[in-house]
Amino acid sequence: MGIAFENQLAAPQLPSRPAYGDNQTGTHLPERAGSLNGVIVPEQPGKNAIEVRGVRKVFGTGENQVAALDTVSVSIRENEFFTLLGPSGCGKTTLLRLIAGFDFPTAGEILLHGQDIAPLPPFKRPVNTVFQSYALFPHMTVAQNIGFGLEMLGKARAEIEARVAQMLKLVKMEALKARRTSEISGGQQQRVALARALAPQPKVLLLDEPLSALDYKLRKEMQIELKRLQHETGITFIFVTHDQEEALTMSDRIAVMSAGKILQVGTPRDIYDRPAERFVADFIGETNFLPGTVVSKQAGVATVKFASSATISAGYPEGFDPTGEVTLVVRPEHADLVPDPAKGTIAGTLANIVYFGTDTHYHVKLDGGGENFIVRHQNSRSSPVTYATGAKVGIQFEEDAARVLKD
Amino acid sequence: MAEPRVMDIKDQPGFRTIAIICLLVLYVPVLILMIFSLNSGSLVTHWEGVTLGWYGTAFLNEEFHAAARNTLIISVTATIVSTICATLAAIGMTRVKPWRGLAAAFMVINLPLMVPEIITAVATLSFFALIAGVFGLNFGIGNLILAHTVFCIPFAYMPIRARLEDMDLTLEYAAADLYATPWSAFRRITLPLLVPGIMSGAALAFIVSFDDFTITQLVAGPGQTTLPLYIWNQIRRPMTPEINAISTILLMVSILFVSVSFLIARRRAK
Repeated sequence: MGIAFENQLAAPQLPSRPAYGDNQTGTHLPERAGSLNGVIVPEQPGKNAIEVRGVRKVFGTGENQVAALDTVSVSIRENEFFTLLGPSGCGKTTLLRLIAGFDFPTAGEILLHGQDIAPLPPFKRPVNTVFQSYALFPHMTVAQNIGFGLEMLGKARAEIEARVAQMLKLVKMEALKARRTSEISGGQQQRVALARALAPQPKVLLLDEPLSALDYKLRKEMQIELKRLQHETGITFIFVTHDQEEALTMSDRIAVMSAGKILQVGTPRDIYDRPAERFVADFIGETNFLPGTVVSKQAGVATVKFASSATISAGYPEGFDPTGEVTLVVRPEHADLVPDPAKGTIAGTLANIVYFGTDTHYHVKLDGGGENFIVRHQNSRSSPVTYATGAKVGIQFEEDAARVLKD
Repeated sequence: MAEPRVMDIKDQPGFRTIAIICLLVLYVPVLILMIFSLNSGSLVTHWEGVTLGWYGTAFLNEEFHAAARNTLIISVTATIVSTICATLAAIGMTRVKPWRGLAAAFMVINLPLMVPEIITAVATLSFFALIAGVFGLNFGIGNLILAHTVFCIPFAYMPIRARLEDMDLTLEYAAADLYATPWSAFRRITLPLLVPGIMSGAALAFIVSFDDFTITQLVAGPGQTTLPLYIWNQIRRPMTPEINAISTILLMVSILFVSVSFLIARRRAK
């Protein structure tokens, strides 16, 4: 198992992989078995890189107490690109800081390959962070920044130089290695921050909204770059963001957070297509909310009646028992317009047409009232039907398009 | 002319006149002092011609040498000791969890800036008289060094603290994240980034100590004449432009240190 674990982590262009266990230099003896310069070496490699168990974090005292994290549990697998997604103040950065060791949990455990690291200071955790502000050391060159972690681990000079050269190549910054960090652009600083955090070959790389300071085009480039780096290094990435699009495109799995809790953990497709709660559906992508009444239900499928007396069958998440008045959610691209109002599940008047280039949004004022329903239609070179505002239209749903969700 | 969008004080009537009067009041006396250091006559009020002779006289003056030596011993020692104390105090008050009495400690450190100097001088004098009387202790020039160190601390403290507060704490987190122990993080990250603040603080402490008169006058014992005291003693006799020359030298040293402090501060702002 131990050998398999090392191999799994080994990236083709990163030789001498067992970074924390080995001590080729002979000049810096580990302080104790299973550690290098006091940094722990997890001894029981398992399937989960990080396991967060019942972690609570309370800030303030007395009446001013705020629970930034309210009993959160989540497992992050080996080699996974895992994203913590949520609006600001949801606790995602707090969780990241607890894993990094900048804060200690009020209660609960954080396991790294089975070993509780929650009480350890940051400099004893084989976990590195890419900060939102990059936090590059301004008095050092690019190369000195990248080598800092290895130097602190007590690696030999030759090894540090070799690893720094590898990292410079990995992030394509060889030409600028002697520059001060204040003399390079934002995108370049971002690359240096990544290289610096990857150089000591951490078990887990933490990324705190690292792309938020970049402009749109550079951000898109770095998203692909990050996926490549994760693939090439085989390191578990934990990525924090409030940008749902970024989360969907980059992640293997996403945890959606709100108000100190994790609401749902799943693949991007799970989260988008089968949101567990109304908040998740609302936060990720665009969603239509439709009021209705549950008529009957059977094996995870409810029959819901609209005000127009049309009915529709809709799935609902496990462990939720919808009754009476409910809200249905339908993604705009899972609905279609039909010219004949009678042929649609629901009907309304076309209030607005918004052209987006790749697709067109039709805003339909429903006959039953309420918020406008949005239908997204992908544009093709020959759109068969053209609609005009003010026209009476019907809305059809694709199969499994509608879901009943907890409010 | 277009209407100004915001008020510009330069457009107010009389602004230029008032500014010029202020500048003249501030600098004309100093300028006259400097010009008369070049007077070939022996009066500081009657111009006769140009000479550098008085600088020569000053440089050959044994008393001036002794005073300069005393001043340097006191100022340099007080600067080093007070800068170290101020650095430790600033770190202890910015890189800690807030503790009860933090505000009080801040006040205590800065109090010497607010206490009238003559009060500090009298208090220091009585203190040294007391320990001399009770314990029979007299540190000689050490008395002056001690007194200077104490009143230099708040001057050194201010720029160092400002620098620490400006510094991005994330840098220290990043160092810890990259396996630096708290001591390594301090030595490799915090301290190098703090150097401009420390230099600036030391430069301030040096000028404050270098030209101190009130406290020094009361505390100094025989043979402990510093440059400001020497000048004071000279002007009670018939004055010659030698005093102007000595004063000009002092002024140049002060300007040098203020400039160094300013340049360092400007570099760190970049």
